[in-house]
This record gives sequence, C-alpha cells and structure tokens, in this order.
Amino acid sequence: MTGDALHFHYDVDGNNFTSAGEASVQVKRTLRQMGYHPDLIRRISVAMYEGEINMVIHAKGGDADVYVTPDCITVILKDVGPGIKDINLAMQEGYSTAPDNIRSLGFGAGMGLPNMKRYSDELKIDSVVGVGTTIEMKFKSA
Amino acid sequence: MIVYKHSVSLDPAKCKGCTTCLRRCPTQAIRIRDGKACINPQLCIDCGECIRHCPYKAKRASFDEWDSIDHSKYLIALPAPSIFGQFANLDDTDYLLQGLKNLGFDDVFEVAKAAEIVTDYTRTYMKRKGMAHAPFISTACPVVVRLISLRFPTLRNKMVPISPPIEVAGKLAKERALKEHPELKPDEIKTVFISPCPAKVSWVKNTPADKECYVDYVVSMSDIYFRVLSKMDRAKVPEITSESGMIGMSWSSSGGEASALMNDHYLAADGIENIIRVLDDIEMGHFPDLKFVEMNACPGGCVGGVMAVENPYIARVRIRSLQRYMPVAQNHVVLTDDEPIPREFMTVEPGEYSSAEILDADRMRSFRMMSEIERIRNLLPGMDCGSCGAPTCRAHAEDVVKGESKLDDCVIRMREHLRELEHDDGK
Repeated sequence: MTGDALHFHYDVDGNNFTSAGEASVQVKRTLRQMGYHPDLIRRISVAMYEGEINMVIHAKGGDADVYVTPDCITVILKDVGPGIKDINLAMQEGYSTAPDNIRSLGFGAGMGLPNMKRYSDELKIDSVVGVGTTIEMKFKSA
Repeated sequence: MIVYKHSVSLDPAKCKGCTTCLRRCPTQAIRIRDGKACINPQLCIDCGECIRHCPYKAKRASFDEWDSIDHSKYLIALPAPSIFGQFANLDDTDYLLQGLKNLGFDDVFEVAKAAEIVTDYTRTYMKRKGMAHAPFISTACPVVVRLISLRFPTLRNKMVPISPPIEVAGKLAKERALKEHPELKPDEIKTVFISPCPAKVSWVKNTPADKECYVDYVVSMSDIYFRVLSKMDRAKVPEITSESGMIGMSWSSSGGEASALMNDHYLAADGIENIIRVLDDIEMGHFPDLKFVEMNACPGGCVGGVMAVENPYIARVRIRSLQRYMPVAQNHVVLTDDEPIPREFMTVEPGEYSSAEILDADRMRSFRMMSEIERIRNLLPGMDCGSCGAPTCRAHAEDVVKGESKLDDCVIRMREHLRELEHDDGK
C-alpha cells in the first residue's frame, strides 16, 4: 500500500456478534469529515459492513484495514477462518453457508459477497481452505 | 448560508465546566472552554440531552413565557398529546381541554387531531410512492429530521414529506378561528403550542422564510402544567369535547405513530443514541423488509420530553387508559385516486446537502488534516476523560488540528511531563 495513504485499522471482534458493523460506522464518519460524496460513503459502508458480518459469522472475526487516498479508498478484510471452498458459488446471490442460528437473526441471505462486488469498483478475493480469507475492495472517488 | 437557530443555550453563571454534557451530547457539539460549556451551533440538533443531564441546571431552552404572550389576541392552545399523561386522576381529556380554556385560551385545537390527519396522508403517500421506495422515515420529531439532514445524507429522500402534526394543527386551528369569527383579522389569531421539548421551538424558529409558520408561540409543558392544574374543575361538566381518538393520542409515545399506519413492517426507536444506531443500520441496508421507521429522540417518545413533568412510563400508562374509551379516530381524510395530497400539507424539499462535519472544503487539505488528527490521537492516552474540554481524545486531536485547542491541554500528558521533571530533579 502506498506510503502516503491514511491508514485506519479495526479489530473485528468475532466473539461479539452485536458489535459487527461498528468499524464501518467509524469509517463512514471519517470519510464524511473528509468530504467524500455521500453515495460513495454509502457504497463503502455497505460493502464493508457485509465483509465485517461475514468475518464474524464464518471466521470468528479478523482485521479490517482501510487505506484512504484522495481518489481511492481501499478496504482490506483479513481473517484466519475456514476459507471459501468455491468462490464462484459464493458469489452467487442467495448462496449461503451460514448456520441456522445466524439465519434466524436475519443474516445469511447469501448477499454478502454479491453486495461487496456490486458496491465496490474492484473486488479481489484471496482464500485458502483451512488457512483464511483476504478480501480487498477498491472504491474510486470521482 | 442559512443560519440554524437553536433553542438550547447556556447560563454561564450556573455552568461549573463539569464534563457531564460533554459526554452526553450525541453529536459531540459541546466543548468546555475557559471553564464553561460552549455549544457548536453547526452540530447541535436541539435534542435537549444536555438540559436533561446538567447537574447544575445551566442549560436552558428558550420557550415563550406565558406572561410574555399578548393576551389581547385570540389565543388558540395546541396541546401536544403527551400532555394528557401528565395529570393524575384525569379520566377524561375534556377536563384538561376545558382547563386550558379556563386558563385564558379562546380555543383549543388538539395536536392529536392533526396527528390523525397526518396519519391518513402518510398512509396515502406511502401507498402511492410504492414500497420499492421503503423504508419511509417519519418526520414528526424535529431532532430526527435535523440529525438525518446533517449526518445521514443518503436517507434524506426517505423522509416522509408530510407536514408534522404541530404545523397541521396550527394551520387548521387558524382556519377554524377565521371561519367561526369572521370579525377577526388573521394577525389577531395566535396559536400557542404546548411542548414537551425544546426541539419544537427550533422547528418554529427555523421555518423557511418563504413558508408561512402556523405556530406563533411555543410554551413549555411544565410551565402550563402548574398554571392549568388549578383551572381544572372536576365538579363542572366541560363545555368542550375532545376531537381526537386513539390514533391521535398514540403519537404521544414511541410506536404509536407507526402502529397507526396499519403496516406491520415497522420499527419504532426512541432515545437519541438508539436512533443513531438504527439510522446507521438502515444506511448499511441492514433491514431489507422495513417499510416504516418512527424515531423519537426522547426516551419513550414525546412523553419523555425534557419539559414533561411526569415520568414517561407513568405518562404512557395513563394515556393508554385514557385511550381505552376513545374512538379509534375522529378525523379521516379520504382522497380519490387522482386527487393529490394538498401542497399545504407537505413539507418543502430538503435543500442541498452540506456536511457539517467536513474538515476542509479542499480534499487535499482535509486529507492532510485527517492524517495529522490520526498522528495526534496516537499521542493521547485514549482515556476520553474530558478534562481537556473535548468529549474524547479523538475529538481533542481534531480540535488541536483545527487550531481550537492545544495538545498539552491534555492533563494526562501534563502529568507525565511533571513526572519526568520530578524524575530529572531526583537525579
């Protein structure tokens, strides 16, 4: 990552389901202060929120790193969870491996990765089964 | 630039510079400077949390005083529905309405009556706009409207553009007075809203210049409470009869407005911190099936307003028991399919969005400021003690970068400096 990017780090706590989404709320505020367009901020916060939830549901949490430059925001979500067996399948809307207790809370609709793709300008998934998943999303500021 | 006029202010003589309001302010609009609390008008949303929590009663709300009102005018009381929960042993709302007349009002127009009309229009608006546009967000609480305008730009077009009950009540009350008293000129008729909260004062003060405001005075509920108490005569049959029903009355506490819409996919949140959380969640697409969102800044809804006299939970139960023998609603608006919602019942479009939190209009400059904020934040202890005058260490870092305070206003850093000095002396 470029040396002059602003860097924000967040620990996503996998033991506390109710805290999921807090990092993206903080990112939202920071970006508002820097004057980014509301629609861009919304895209970032939705995509990052989905990523946070995924890390909590599947990987017992992880690290969220946000790098901000004036024209691009990069969100990197890294976990040491079970990994994604079939990325193509996981990218399909409605496909989910979330357990029933999570679904009963209204999560696990199978929209996590599809939404992350829809709302980001670039999405890179690096996942090894049994090792973990790193997701990198880029958002361009006009 | 439009300057927002506030209704919450400080009595510097009473302020001790303690950090209570600092921590309670949901938008971090307060700083302690030179030992006194200062409110940043750009960020204040007039929620009244600082009034509620100030241990020295140093925060004031600028209501109209009963004695300062011109009593030679034709005065119409607009009681908020929450007032009916303030009185013990009130088994019929008519006694209170009569009490208001006995106090000196020429007429009484219940805001609950207007709320029933707003409910009908909201239902029509939602149906016509279509559920693809959901969730629809209530605009009855002015604190919520200002909060969304300042901090949730992508939700601004979700706000229901129907005038709030206070405005509808003022408008209809004036029209009725003109009809019943043709001898009166419009400026001889004045409406007086009896309010549980300071936010309604701000709402009246900030009516756009090109829009007529139908509410002339806003008095506090606690002021009227003590005056009307002695004017309520239980031995005499009231001449006045309530014109509202369960639906209008239900607006007094959280969930009432939403349940009146007869749509089960709603959410009703109350308390300012809870509301902020809900708005963040909605903005992130957390509740896909949600159709309607009712939010009240005060805990419990309007019955929890800082100018209410009674405990909000007691008030809510009292209103529930009053509702038991009321008709469902006494006001109905029926529009034919091609009949639009009258313009005078709709609010103006929200203006151009501008962030109140933005560090600098220049992206590169705000970028440099943000990186400086992060650097300074790492130098601070992270205790969020408030002794520097800012609510958090992060806020202090921002203030330092903005040039509003100095890094060493941090007492923890100063203590460390002192220790180092002592240590050096001891050598």
